[in-house]
Amino acid sequence: MYRIVRKEALKPTVILYEIEAPMVAKKAEPGQFIILRVDENGERIPITIHDYDREKGTVTIIVQTIGATTEKLSHKAEGESIQDFVGPLGRPTETEGKKKVCVVGGGVGCAIAYPVLKKFHDCGAEVHAVVGFKNKDLVILEDKFRAASSVLKLMTDDGSYGEKGLVTDALKQLIEDGNRYDEIFAIGPAIMMKFVSKTTEPYGIPTTVSMSPIMVDGTGMCGGCRLTVGGETKFACVDGPDFDGHKVDWDESLKRGKMYFDWERHKYEETCNLFKEVK
Amino acid sequence: MPNMSLKKNEMPAQDANVRNKNFLEVALGYTEEQALDEAARCLNCKNHPCVSGCPVQVKIPEFIQKITEKDYEGAYQVIHETSSLPAVCGRVCPQETQCEAKCVRGIKGEPVGIGRLERFVADWHNANVKEEPAKPASNGHKVAVIGSGPSGLTCAGDLAKKGYDVTVFEALHLAGGVLVYGIPEFRLPKAIVQKEVDGLKALGVKVETNMVIGRVVSIDELMSEYGFEAVFIGSGAGLPMFMHIPGENLCGVYSANEFLTRINLMKAYKEGSDTPIMPLAGKRVAVVGGGNVAMDAARCSKRLGAEVYIVYRRGMEELPARHEEVEHAEEEGIIFKTLTNPVKINGDDSGYVSSMTCVEMELGEPDASGRRRPIEKVGSDFDLPVDCVIMSLGTTPNPLIKNTTPGLEVNRKGGIVVNEEGLTSHASVYAGGDAVTGAATVILAMGAGKLGAKSIDEQLSKK
Repeated sequence: MYRIVRKEALKPTVILYEIEAPMVAKKAEPGQFIILRVDENGERIPITIHDYDREKGTVTIIVQTIGATTEKLSHKAEGESIQDFVGPLGRPTETEGKKKVCVVGGGVGCAIAYPVLKKFHDCGAEVHAVVGFKNKDLVILEDKFRAASSVLKLMTDDGSYGEKGLVTDALKQLIEDGNRYDEIFAIGPAIMMKFVSKTTEPYGIPTTVSMSPIMVDGTGMCGGCRLTVGGETKFACVDGPDFDGHKVDWDESLKRGKMYFDWERHKYEETCNLFKEVK
Repeated sequence: MPNMSLKKNEMPAQDANVRNKNFLEVALGYTEEQALDEAARCLNCKNHPCVSGCPVQVKIPEFIQKITEKDYEGAYQVIHETSSLPAVCGRVCPQETQCEAKCVRGIKGEPVGIGRLERFVADWHNANVKEEPAKPASNGHKVAVIGSGPSGLTCAGDLAKKGYDVTVFEALHLAGGVLVYGIPEFRLPKAIVQKEVDGLKALGVKVETNMVIGRVVSIDELMSEYGFEAVFIGSGAGLPMFMHIPGENLCGVYSANEFLTRINLMKAYKEGSDTPIMPLAGKRVAVVGGGNVAMDAARCSKRLGAEVYIVYRRGMEELPARHEEVEHAEEEGIIFKTLTNPVKINGDDSGYVSSMTCVEMELGEPDASGRRRPIEKVGSDFDLPVDCVIMSLGTTPNPLIKNTTPGLEVNRKGGIVVNEEGLTSHASVYAGGDAVTGAATVILAMGAGKLGAKSIDEQLSKK
């Protein structure tokens, strides 16, 4: 069992969990993920690592309450434990040797974009950041992003905070303004990463995306997380999760991501109702 | 006087049309009368050829003799001397190509039902003997075992019996390896695997789950930082293979590993499990491949309510699966489309499988494997309407341990290279099972685990 030593609701549906997992904390690097199970009947879900504290032996994840499992997780109180927490899995993001990069984060993906951004920053790169949210109520980690980047563009879909527009609008502007990036790093919903890749492609700027497909074991054994990259089948759990955004078959990935959509929606409603009854 | 019946006592089983709708065990096991009657068929030959057919050399005539004396616990102890997992082997070993293939009774008639007797004895023990084995005195040596499948459990058990301080590291959340994620409940109830694991724990073996060796900690770190003097790698088969045909990443295409893991490990078929699986009631499923894993995937699909086809490029004769598994599958209503090979999987607008384009095959001259090579019949393309495709084509070794263990040599196919003692190219690191051989059987993995334990004991007891 793995204890939740700190739980903080960053937003009503965006929750930070700091989990006691010394072995994971010892090895975790930005870009890697963990797999957790909330309880005995739980499914295994991959969550990218937000932060880690090697001394304290904790790993922090930021999770949007979006389905049955994350709903169950959100009902765990600080001090309670979750069944399983395994990692670090996947390859760490390559952050060395870059002079100037732009990190693009979308929604709760910013939770993962941040450690990558910070690592780029710590490795000596000049870092620009573009972060996008639906609206003002969902903005997270603004101060942290501001502290580690020299330029921060904060976008909201409805203009309720920062600038109104999509992350791709801001990114395109930055590129058009003459910023020469060695790399663009995008983390967020697959659809956002697709359009970030489409935006940078004409400029020929290397673009890395952090994929989060449906996964079961996370060690390469099941192949459920496969995607097509440059015409080849890759497993996100062992070959990734970072891939060349210009080579990913986005339409296929988007469709695969929806494989259990109906089932998940149903299960989510069922779980929510269950918790309502308990109350 | 031995029982000279030419036939084995038949194994009682659930009726095919009942069992193909549930996940309960298919074979029900011998009654005491059947076991006694079957045991009496053993001639107790002097040179006991059956033993040489067993990868772990179970003293077969000796345990059968004990059955005839109604000393079932004595029989269990004989098996347990050389095999750590009797209840498992009695169920999933391919006895027909091993011990039973060498049985003298098989020359004229059917061999003695050795596997069935082994299962009877193991089940008798599990039902009647409650006391745990005594924990052996510690010899102070620490050994790490990577993977809790058949090779790892065997290696751990043999070492623990000798007093070693053994820790088994399992990547998943539950111990058992392929015995829990791969082989379905109806062939091997998970309670049996759990019992075997609990037995090892009673011997003092520690089992650490959620430990992906290579990521959480490397083999070198296990030895330098955690004080393990030797390591046995039994990490299993690895990554599933695909055919690299168009449409393989459509929704509704699974590897057999994923499909079986969702069902067996994650219990996706059960009410209350949070893990989804495609709803298959009233749907059509094509399982591509002809091995035991393919049969398992097909029979699971059937139990989820699908119409199921096995699509295999060679003929019925060439199916690599155990004969018994093929027979069970046929009885349960699985449709065999042999001499058929997929060339393309077709999808609908939302990205779900709608059909699979196949070609008919014919058999040519034998190839390097000794089997007749399948050749495509030109112009024989046809569409097989299906909603789900399960690729059961075997696996390639997981490169994780190789990539994180400098000095560990692997062969062209990625399997770990070992010498005749099971020692790898890395000092004090041994390996066995599918990680070395590629996908094989439970009992061969157990044999490798045994060898690893013996070699580790030889190395460390000299210290």
